[in-house]
Amino acid sequence: MLRSVSFARTLFNSASFNAIRPLSSESARVLTPELKERIQKLVQSGDVVVFMKGTQNQPMCGFSRNVKLILDLHKVPFRDYNVLEDEELRAGIKEFSDWPTIPQIYVKGQFVGGSDIFVQMHQEHEIAKFFDEHGIPSKYSETKKPNA
Amino acid sequence: MLRLLRMSSTSTGPVSTTIRQKLTEFFNPTHLEVECESHLHNVPKGAEKHFRVQIISDKFEGLSTLQRQRLVNKALAEELKTSVHALRIEARIPSEYEGQKQVDPPRCLGGGNR
Repeated sequence: MLRSVSFARTLFNSASFNAIRPLSSESARVLTPELKERIQKLVQSGDVVVFMKGTQNQPMCGFSRNVKLILDLHKVPFRDYNVLEDEELRAGIKEFSDWPTIPQIYVKGQFVGGSDIFVQMHQEHEIAKFFDEHGIPSKYSETKKPNA
Repeated sequence: MLRLLRMSSTSTGPVSTTIRQKLTEFFNPTHLEVECESHLHNVPKGAEKHFRVQIISDKFEGLSTLQRQRLVNKALAEELKTSVHALRIEARIPSEYEGQKQVDPPRCLGGGNR
C-alpha cells in the first residue's frame, strides 16, 4: 500500500509528468482572482452543489442526468449550475477543481468527483452512508430511526 | 460481432492509440480497455472525444477512487486539454477485478450542442 502511495507521489513529481502540460496551461489560465472568488461562493452555496450541463429540471447530458437521478432517488436537494449558460464558469470550474470534465459534485464545499464516482458509490450502496458521514439527510439514511 | 465492428471504427484512431500508450507506460496495467464512445454522442462521425477506460493496475493500491481517477486524468492531461471531452474511468487493483465489464454509458441527451 505504501509502495503505491509513494508511486503516486513519484508519478506526480516525476520529470515526465511535469513535462506534460497541466490541465490548464499558463497561456490559457482562466481562473482570475474574481472568478475564483465567485466559484468559491458557488461551491458553498448549498450542502450539495452540482456543476452540470443543463439544469436539474432539464439535464442536457447523460452524465449530468445520472448525477441528478441519484440525488433525486436519495431525496437530496441540491443547487445546480448550468455550465452551458456560462462559458466562464465552464472553463473556470475545471481549473478550480483541477478536474477536466462536467458534471462536478461538491458536498459541503468539498469536491467529491464526477459522475463515474457517484455512479460507482450508488452501485456499491455507499451513497446513504456517504451522506450520513457528511451530516446530510437522505432517504435511505442509516441513522434514521425505524418507524415504530 | 456487432460490438467488434463498433469498436474497430474509432478505437484504433490516433487519440485512442495515444491514450492506450500513455496508460500502459504510466501504469503497467494487467488489463486495459480503451474505447472511443463518440459514436454514441451528438458529434460528427469519426470524432474522438468521448472515451471509456477500464484499467487494472497494482499502482492504484491504497488509493481512493478519487485519487485513482485523478492519476488517470494526470496521465491523460494533454488529451483532456485538447481533444477529449468526456472520460469514463474504472480504475481497480487486480484483486478487485474478476473480468467484469465496465458499466454502460448513459444515453446521450444532446449535450446542448455545445
